[in-house]
Amino acid sequence: MTGVVSPMAAPAALRGAGAWKPAELLFWTLPVIGWFAFPENLPLLTQIAITALFALSLDLVLGVAGMVTLGHAAFFGVGAYAAGMLPAYLGIGDPLLGLVAAAAAAALAGALTSPLMLRGSGLSQLMVSVGINAMLYEAANKATEVTGGVDGLPGVENTPLFGMWSFDLYGRTAYVYAVVVLLLLFWMARRVVRSPFGVSLRGIRLNAARMPALGVPVNRRLAVVWTLAAAYAGVAGALLTQTTQFVSINVLGFDRSAEVLLILILGGAGHLYGALVGAVAYMSIHHLLADIDPEFWQFWIGLIFIVVVLFARDGALGAAARIRDLIRNLILGRGASR
Amino acid sequence: MTILFDGIASGMLLFLISSGLSVTLGLMGIINLAHGAFAMLGGYVCVVALDRYGIPFPVAVLMATLSAAAAGVALERLVYRRLYGAGQLDQVLFSIGLIFVSMALARWLFGPQPQPIRLPGWLQGQVQLPWIEIGVYRAFLIVLGLVVAVTLHRAVGVTRFGARLRAAVDRPAVARGLGIDVDRVFVVAFAIGSALAGLGGAVGVELLGLDPSFPLRYLVYFLIVVVVGGSGSFEGSLVASVLIGIFDVAGKYYVPQVGSFIIYTVMVVMLIVRPQGLFGRPSP
Repeated sequence: MTGVVSPMAAPAALRGAGAWKPAELLFWTLPVIGWFAFPENLPLLTQIAITALFALSLDLVLGVAGMVTLGHAAFFGVGAYAAGMLPAYLGIGDPLLGLVAAAAAAALAGALTSPLMLRGSGLSQLMVSVGINAMLYEAANKATEVTGGVDGLPGVENTPLFGMWSFDLYGRTAYVYAVVVLLLLFWMARRVVRSPFGVSLRGIRLNAARMPALGVPVNRRLAVVWTLAAAYAGVAGALLTQTTQFVSINVLGFDRSAEVLLILILGGAGHLYGALVGAVAYMSIHHLLADIDPEFWQFWIGLIFIVVVLFARDGALGAAARIRDLIRNLILGRGASR
Repeated sequence: MTILFDGIASGMLLFLISSGLSVTLGLMGIINLAHGAFAMLGGYVCVVALDRYGIPFPVAVLMATLSAAAAGVALERLVYRRLYGAGQLDQVLFSIGLIFVSMALARWLFGPQPQPIRLPGWLQGQVQLPWIEIGVYRAFLIVLGLVVAVTLHRAVGVTRFGARLRAAVDRPAVARGLGIDVDRVFVVAFAIGSALAGLGGAVGVELLGLDPSFPLRYLVYFLIVVVVGGSGSFEGSLVASVLIGIFDVAGKYYVPQVGSFIIYTVMVVMLIVRPQGLFGRPSP
């Protein structure tokens, strides 16, 4: 992160930690395997990549910096609408421009809401996040001339990527596009988290009272990461819009905010990879359940929430935690210590 | 004038449901987002008792209240008690899970359609006062709300149980040392909270409607009441509910294109200006 000058030389843990481990590289072959293994299911895999990016954005605020939010869909939605309105009203169909616009819009929303979020703590912070999300949902719901309200915003037409690859019916372009964006943003998040800025965020999560004594401007750091995460969420929303060519009001739904929280906890917060693993696990479960039991899947999802909290949160109990640890051991080559 | 009256009535209904949340969230400090699920349970019990078995309305409401209380006790014993010491995030996730489960169950049992309710004759119709025409049902809500408010205020503020509850919440270890059965106090308090949700859910079917999405649709409203009113303050919840009721009804009447936006804005502004709520004690 630029603008952050560490007064001391970075400790050894910071230096040299930036190198990619073999297990990480192995993880990133998964999208390639997915391409060949499930050629008919590319739209689903695209959804997984988008969800992973959204969960990654939540991990920056919740897992790394320790801010609990239940309204993260607000920024996802802002990005989704921004990317939808650009082609729909201004006729600018370039997908990359759409991403930039969505990131900017969501970052602006993040910057504007960060003072509100930092005003309170605990329950009131949680409530502010719920309130902001609800406000935006209601605004999108009522501003039907602009957003289409509950009917959604159809006809989002994007021009071919780099003028070369158009978004095809099988979702090939969309998949590669989403995965590459995810990889790039993940790489950036990884750098941010390992920078002195990222370390100070972790310090804030662990002991916010002590950080000012170390000369860390706590609220400013949190505002920056909040804004950054908002931009990430906005890009995720934009990807959804561009790959489905439609904006539904559900992008702002409370369910989405709750779901992404579960995904992150399911995968393990604070490790960045947890967000990705959680997204893969959750979306696969969701897909299977909805296939098996289209009427009743919500029940099982709810049950997963409950089981995760009761058993998988405290130690090695629970299948979710065991699988998570196993995967993490395999991927990162070390035990899950937290 | 009618708008003011309707606003007060819907505010009172909001208070009836949210007062239970003031107990569980406000007093006991559990982030129980699933409060609406207990209200929904009350609503369904009431509708089924009325429609399918022809049970008189007051008895049906009582049954709704008791079944919500029973569900509250069962869940408290089984799961909520494990979460008292847990972090916010766990409580949030758990109660969201409970919401999803309850919604799926309700859809499975009763289908996705809204449930109609046939109010008894004595709750229907209008009464013509010299300067205003009022609906009997809404007047009933106001009276019931006031009765609950006064009872709760006395129960928590004056009775021995109230003192025990406050002690158990503030300093569980010391309360235990004084011979207070903290576990039991918590079960009873949770049962009261759930019972109030069931009561509100039952009498509110006419005004709020009842379908499986109930717990999520009104979640923000319930939370607003507690947060705006101030944690653990029933006076605060009452004032907040009535204000929100009036704002909401007036807002939807005069500026329908804005809808619920006003309420959410009021809440966020309120949280910014007074994070501890209208009547809340500043957090220690």
